[in-house]
Amino acid sequence: MDLVIDRWFHVMSGIAWVGILYYFNFIQVPGLAKAKADGTAPGITKHIAPTALLWFRWASIATWLTGAYYLERSGLGLGNAFLLKGGVAYIGIGAWLGTIMLFNVWVLIWPNQKKVLGMVEATDEAKAKAARIALLASRTNTMLSIPMLFFMVAGPHGAMLFS
Amino acid sequence: MKNPLDSIIGTIVSGFVLTIVLFFFAKNFLG
Repeated sequence: MDLVIDRWFHVMSGIAWVGILYYFNFIQVPGLAKAKADGTAPGITKHIAPTALLWFRWASIATWLTGAYYLERSGLGLGNAFLLKGGVAYIGIGAWLGTIMLFNVWVLIWPNQKKVLGMVEATDEAKAKAARIALLASRTNTMLSIPMLFFMVAGPHGAMLFS
Repeated sequence: MKNPLDSIIGTIVSGFVLTIVLFFFAKNFLG
């Protein structure tokens, strides 16, 4: 029973995480470029982006923890997944990609977005550099999400693909 | 050469290419 609930929360938090990631990349970044041109950008940077980032970064933690719990409690083994052992190797690739994405969120995206949004002090030059790093990390996560989702789904449901 | 991550289309195409590469890696070397 606990595994069903854990898996349910893993999928819900994963949808929140990747959904907000896609929102940032496909909607907010292009929208912000247009908003800067007509002076409406502060509406996004003050009222929307900080809340989106709050849900985004904590959803990433929830997704990773519920995924790790599932791998361990289901008997597949967290270690087996990360060591790409046997049949757990496929979901293990997804776990590695998700872990790299989690690292990008907390080490590259969030600290740099704090500078960009003025949540911490930064010069204009530092803000421009931070914006570039945050954008590339966010785009990297969008790219990684594509194989990550494939291997998360293919692991338990696509064994025939690998035989 | 332009960075594919500078555009949304480039990002998505890179994601699919990476999926194909990892799929054949997994199929041939893992499991």
